[in-house]
Amino acid sequence: MDFQWNLVWDSVPTLLDGAILTLKLTTIAVSIGVVLGTVFGIMRLSRTPLRYLAVGYIDFIRGTPLLVQIFIIYYGMPPFIGTAIPPYIAALIALSINSGAYVAEIVRAGIQSIEKGQTEAALSLGLSSSATMIHIILPQAFKRIIPPLGNEFIALLKDSSLVSAIALEELVRKAQIVAGRTFRPFEVWFVVAIMYLIMTVAVSRIVSILERRLRVGE
Amino acid sequence: MAIIEVTDLHKKFKDLHVLKGITTNIEQGEVVVIIGPSGSGKSTFLRCLNFLELPTSGEIRFEGNLITHHNLQVVRREMGMVFQRFNLFPHMRVIDNITLAPRLVRKLDPDEAKGQAYALLERVGLSDKANAFPDQLSGGQQQRVAIARALAMRPKVMLFDEPTSALDPEMIGEVLDVMKSLAADGMTMVVVTHEMGFAREVSDRVIFLDDGMLVEENKPDQIFGDPQHPRTKSFLSKIL
Repeated sequence: MDFQWNLVWDSVPTLLDGAILTLKLTTIAVSIGVVLGTVFGIMRLSRTPLRYLAVGYIDFIRGTPLLVQIFIIYYGMPPFIGTAIPPYIAALIALSINSGAYVAEIVRAGIQSIEKGQTEAALSLGLSSSATMIHIILPQAFKRIIPPLGNEFIALLKDSSLVSAIALEELVRKAQIVAGRTFRPFEVWFVVAIMYLIMTVAVSRIVSILERRLRVGE
Repeated sequence: MAIIEVTDLHKKFKDLHVLKGITTNIEQGEVVVIIGPSGSGKSTFLRCLNFLELPTSGEIRFEGNLITHHNLQVVRREMGMVFQRFNLFPHMRVIDNITLAPRLVRKLDPDEAKGQAYALLERVGLSDKANAFPDQLSGGQQQRVAIARALAMRPKVMLFDEPTSALDPEMIGEVLDVMKSLAADGMTMVVVTHEMGFAREVSDRVIFLDDGMLVEENKPDQIFGDPQHPRTKSFLSKIL
């Protein structure tokens, strides 16, 4: 079997454009996911009926395929809102909502991992429960959930390849185009795999550095 | 005048009846020590006073006002609490541990809160530890910071839940010394402890709890010298 890397080499800039879009999508989606996840993670732990809303959201997202969620947003929503949703926006919405559900479970576990005595000490000082959450519980919880948040980022980085199904030209979609043009599928997909690998390894390195930095003072 | 009035306080955890109708008053400026065997409900009683445990029935009044969910936060400001396991906030420096509640709850401006915190640190002998994180301190030091943190809210009552039980023996004295000086200053204190020396020397009244009931309460020399109830006698004979 002979490889023709030179054909692929010419396509690297195209693939890199796709990789950048993949990174961008993932970063924005996980950022929104952290906000959503914090809100729903706290709701999930509250003793109010809001809890059931959070349970419903988390179960629905975690119990259905991401690809189906993408299709619901991209194909399913326009008839209701009366206008087409651009693939980039649909992808962002789907990925963010998806990430939010997973992050909610991470945040919930993080909050539950903080000793009960922390809440008791704060309440005994006269802090309200929301001040206790904001000043005492969440700062400690977020330090602890950096590793699982890093894992969530890596998982979504890989899963974001599913948005190629709505023709958004992220890394996988670009690769399909290049492979079709060059007829060198092995070389193209091999390069794509390496690109994903570089991104995921870089992310996990950044996460461990962050983890070590933040451990000071605990 | 009684600052805390407890009437027929019951607490159940599911089927477990931990407090079986406790009635007692805590007077202004009084130091009350609560003793009793483990599982007698001492800590639960103390934790009911500021509603960290919700009473199943009965009522608790603070300065004459019934404690309810509506005034709970206000009442808690007036009752400092010191825990067995210190419960300092590990992500904050000592100074921030102490200034947090005065700033957030009492709305003190940061400089004022800091000045007060330094004075309290000096009082507990830890002026040089303001910028340390809790995990850089020994147990005894952490507990003294915890006392300073509670005092920073200028409470009218201090609740101590076995404050020396998690400490190495050589650190118990430094914490008891701080508590003694508080008592000498006239602070109203309710203390759950196994330190009978402290009870004898510092308290105005000792309450003996057993099996969720207030079995006997009296001045320390009476309780220790001439206990009336057989259960008090049997408990004291085991520990003294």
